[in-house]
Amino acid sequence: MPLVTTGPDERAARRDLLEQIARLESDLAALFCSAYPRGGFDWAVKSRGGGPRVLSLSELERLRDDLAERLHDVRRTLSDRTWVEEQNRRLIEEMMLAPEKHKWVRVGAEDIGERGCKHWHVRPRWGILGMMLNWWRVRISSGCPLAT
Amino acid sequence: MSIETGWVDADLEVEFPELRLRWITHEGGSGRTPPEIKERLRKLSDRYTGGKAVHLRQEPIPWAYRVFFRQVGIDPDDHRTPAEQAALDRMKHGSFRSRNLLDDALVIATVETGVPVMALDADKVTPPLGLRLSQEGEHLGGEERPLSVRQIVLADPDRSVAVLFGDIAEERGVTPSTQRMLLCSVQVKGVPEISVEEALWTVTEVLRTAS
Repeated sequence: MPLVTTGPDERAARRDLLEQIARLESDLAALFCSAYPRGGFDWAVKSRGGGPRVLSLSELERLRDDLAERLHDVRRTLSDRTWVEEQNRRLIEEMMLAPEKHKWVRVGAEDIGERGCKHWHVRPRWGILGMMLNWWRVRISSGCPLAT
Repeated sequence: MSIETGWVDADLEVEFPELRLRWITHEGGSGRTPPEIKERLRKLSDRYTGGKAVHLRQEPIPWAYRVFFRQVGIDPDDHRTPAEQAALDRMKHGSFRSRNLLDDALVIATVETGVPVMALDADKVTPPLGLRLSQEGEHLGGEERPLSVRQIVLADPDRSVAVLFGDIAEERGVTPSTQRMLLCSVQVKGVPEISVEEALWTVTEVLRTAS
């Protein structure tokens, strides 16, 4: 009797991988929205090439791993950034409470993860007189300059 | 005039059981956009804010197409899904730009429903249409650029007509001389049938309003 050879049934594994890719894409999309408007993140997960097609099992695995790695990197970067932003928010509060202890310190909206050109700047009241008499205050800019 | 459902090749159906091709025939061609459609496009632009564009990828239908792009090996941040591309164009140009009646109708449908629609010259394709994998040595449209093996293509019984979410064979696309159009939409997992139908009806409604 001739030997009958059959290939392994990949369907269950493929279904699992497709589900995992969908979940990772969902997490990445949610993270994208959380990270906005912060810039400087790398969201790219390179395509497999060759246009739309049915990917092989190993390609699906690589794609899943790439997505997981990208998600991990972005989460870590976002976590670091939000920690720094939290420190900057605290710094603004301290500046407001005791401006004389934070002479000339300037914090921008971008430093606390917000959009716009607003900034908090500790400056002397009455210029040189304020510097000599230690009269300091926080000036909050009103926003972006008008386009010319 | 009713919405038809296309065939899906067995290989493709095993991998993506929810994948469907739906199409409708429209008697008429494209042309210049009338003022009322331009106005509709302008109002759509006004309703479309930056916040909406950013959160688009979390909305169920655009997200479903994004996932499908990933699953078939396309990077949706490189080759955008039609809904995201429309959003990006809106942000770049400050409004949805009017180009011609057909393109404007496709943009309106895509933006309103999240479902992409494409148009073919109905006299140059032979229904029923379907989705299948390309064969070795196959060319787009029968004689244009070569297709890579096992690419997902939209095809009629004779030849491939378009790459899924990609190029349309030159001979099969809509031109100024087109008299009848096939409006096609691809349904993927997570996209309700009613949304696909709504997208197709929206395009035909816009085209009919104009004529």
